[in-house]
Amino acid sequence: MMKKTLIFILCLLIVLWFCGPVLLILIAALTPSAEYYDLARLVPTKLTLTHLESLFVRLKATLISIQTALLSIVISFAIGLPAAYVLTRYVFKGKNLFRLTILLTRSFPVIIIGVPLVTLYLRIGIADSVLGVSLAHSSMILPFIIIISSSILGGISVEYEEAGMVFGLTRFRSFLRITLPLALPGFAAAAIYAFVLSWNEVFISAIINLTNRTLPAHILNTAMTSPDYFKFAAGTVMALPAMIFIFFTRKYLMSMWGISLK
Amino acid sequence: MSEVTVKEVKKYFNQVKALDGVDMKIQDGEFVVLLGPSGCGKTTLLRCISGLETVTSGEIRFDQKNVTHLPPKDRNLAMVFQSYAVWPHMKVKENIKYPMRIKKFSKEEIDKRAKETAELLNITELMDRYPAQLSGGQRQRVAVARAIVLEPAALLMDEPLSNLDALLRVTMRSELKKLQQRIQTTTVYVTHDQVEAMTMGDRIAVMRDGKILQFGKAEEIYQRPKNVFIAGFIGSPQMNFLEMTVKREEGRAELVSKGLSILCEEDKVKGLEKANLDKVILGIRPENILLSPENGCVPIKGSVYFTERLGGETIVHVSTESKRFVVKVSGDALFNENETLRIYLNVKKTRLFDPETEEAIG
Repeated sequence: MMKKTLIFILCLLIVLWFCGPVLLILIAALTPSAEYYDLARLVPTKLTLTHLESLFVRLKATLISIQTALLSIVISFAIGLPAAYVLTRYVFKGKNLFRLTILLTRSFPVIIIGVPLVTLYLRIGIADSVLGVSLAHSSMILPFIIIISSSILGGISVEYEEAGMVFGLTRFRSFLRITLPLALPGFAAAAIYAFVLSWNEVFISAIINLTNRTLPAHILNTAMTSPDYFKFAAGTVMALPAMIFIFFTRKYLMSMWGISLK
Repeated sequence: MSEVTVKEVKKYFNQVKALDGVDMKIQDGEFVVLLGPSGCGKTTLLRCISGLETVTSGEIRFDQKNVTHLPPKDRNLAMVFQSYAVWPHMKVKENIKYPMRIKKFSKEEIDKRAKETAELLNITELMDRYPAQLSGGQRQRVAVARAIVLEPAALLMDEPLSNLDALLRVTMRSELKKLQQRIQTTTVYVTHDQVEAMTMGDRIAVMRDGKILQFGKAEEIYQRPKNVFIAGFIGSPQMNFLEMTVKREEGRAELVSKGLSILCEEDKVKGLEKANLDKVILGIRPENILLSPENGCVPIKGSVYFTERLGGETIVHVSTESKRFVVKVSGDALFNENETLRIYLNVKKTRLFDPETEEAIG
């Protein structure tokens, strides 16, 4: 009994530690500007959505963010799925080295490749475009997609696919008709994770695009010079989708990284 | 339905040899069991026949058609997997119908065949369920139904009963055998269970280290195993092996070890002469050692070391001067430990092996 209470208190502290700041940001974001600077009042008397709304009226940035994230997902999966398939279904020399190198690409901070990318993009004419940022984001997302997808595919018995092949399908069609539907929930979770990564990425999109900026880059540019409650509103917009997505997909995220709950 | 010919098939996984020149000819409609310990290459051979694994060299033919380089889908095969591999996202009826749809059967044909097969395997009432809602035995039936509904050239089974509990395994064993006799489809069945092999196979191929050691009818393999390995692998409890010295005189041969002397029969004398050995390994099965004298039996004195009473039969371990013999007696028999007794070896049913090569000599 004693032990249970202690564990409960410990968990509560951890939750507060992580959620407390988020809650404060959320409250600050919803506080009317008149009350925000009133030091006597910690909790606002009423809440308002005006700050959040004023951010979302920049519909263009939001749309670009969504487009960028979706395109990044498409590109990452198009390249990542075949790689993941090979990693799980075949044995070949240097397989572990290959797996390691995939992760190693993450050791280059995106910010370093930012400037070279801009010069490259200017030369081939995709600077300041959704495609440009998507490609950059894909390079950031791809390693995750490969590792995650290969662990999802590894969890689906190869015999299902082989049964498909024996009963009249080619390897490719057997993957499409048998393995893919089984892997779909996992892939969806991976895609959401990729979406969050792209949605939250700010540096690359701030460097590469000037006029077609994604939401975080746009916020970085505008909100940071605005009053505090706008900053908090911006913080909420950035954090909330990620938190909601992760909350709903947390079960898959666990299995994606190979953590067993049993 | 086809005749399956495997010719000089070799398979390497990088440097590791999995199949080392396998030759076998499976008759049309025959039920052949590939039997061997794990790692002997039996599953690899099955997968090479299915096309899921490519061969390194050699040839595989169905009737006259060379299928060595065809992908699995063009070989007109069906397979039952160890894990059943019943597709979890399809209902039972979809699992059974899907292969026919891939092969572009007409709708009436698909419905008719699915219905007949479901009846044959007693799964009609399960057709609308998902595999997750089925028990292991039911899933097994679905896997078999999906396989036979196509009327394939050959039916391949990879240890299909190994995931079932003991009781169900015995039932399914006889059901599968009956089913095969009824549909007369050429069947290749992989197992490491010698009882399954003995009871189901028209012929058994015993494999070790990527080779087929002996390929023949169950009784032939049981009565006349080609070498010590097969003799020891088939039969439970294991065959007794005893190294003996050979004393040869004109037209006679005597096998001697401590407390035991066996005068060989004519056919064995010939084998011994041909092999020209000083020592041989004598193999005798537990049921060929008796507790009461009979014609042609050689006695040896011993004492009871240990008894296993199984109800219907009793396994007695008897220590003698030269070896501890395992004796199988039918019925429930009671022995005291260290009780002295005489056991009688039925010499006619012994088998002699060369101690060097371990091959049978007579």
